[in-house]
Amino acid sequence: MCLLLTACAAITATLLWYFRDADKDLRLGFLALMYWGAALMWTVDGFFCVAEGEPFLDLSANDALLGLVIVVCGLIVWLLSLLIRDPRQKVLPGIRRA
Amino acid sequence: MACFLAPVAEAIVVSAIKKNVEHKEAAACRQAAEDAPAETAAATAAIPFSRKLGWLSKMLWGGSFLLAIEHIWHGEVVPWPPFLTAMNNPADIQPMLTEILAVGGAMMVVVTAAWLLMLLAVKRLENKAAQTPLAAGGEG
Repeated sequence: MCLLLTACAAITATLLWYFRDADKDLRLGFLALMYWGAALMWTVDGFFCVAEGEPFLDLSANDALLGLVIVVCGLIVWLLSLLIRDPRQKVLPGIRRA
Repeated sequence: MACFLAPVAEAIVVSAIKKNVEHKEAAACRQAAEDAPAETAAATAAIPFSRKLGWLSKMLWGGSFLLAIEHIWHGEVVPWPPFLTAMNNPADIQPMLTEILAVGGAMMVVVTAAWLLMLLAVKRLENKAAQTPLAAGGEG
């Protein structure tokens, strides 16, 4: 489930990057690359699991919860990078106004 | 056990190379602007190699980070020394190193291969754009 959820997140982020992030303001390319990297790594891990006689996908509820935690962690990293890079120049003026 | 350490090692190397390439590209760009200002705009139309290295770096750092979360979830990585639970038992160290080399190495190869495919696709798009400059310019 972890692999499936990360792959779904990667596909969603890629589609959003392609259709909604023409000015690269949202740094969705970074989010998509992060999820794709993880999805590829878990795919490799899945093949090694099969070689050891384990199933390719772990469909347990615990692994689904882990998948959700991982997707949320990816979103947090992306949000932090967005706030630090601040491509729309909104963070510093906002802090000054507050 | 700690397979994400191999992609982390590659990410460190790629990040260092990227910084180096960025410096060289900036110097080359300055030199080109001084020598032939008119040609600089055409030269900068292609995606710089440092940016392409950035894609690999993001995949490696991002993927390793998310894999590290999984290892923390499974209790294989802890926030106190020696950080890897396999290090507590000397009998587990050898299998851990084998896993880092085998699984982590395969992860490095697959992510790098995916990046190379990306580069091929981008190269084709760049060639296509170079062959139809009027159409590309007209859209902008």
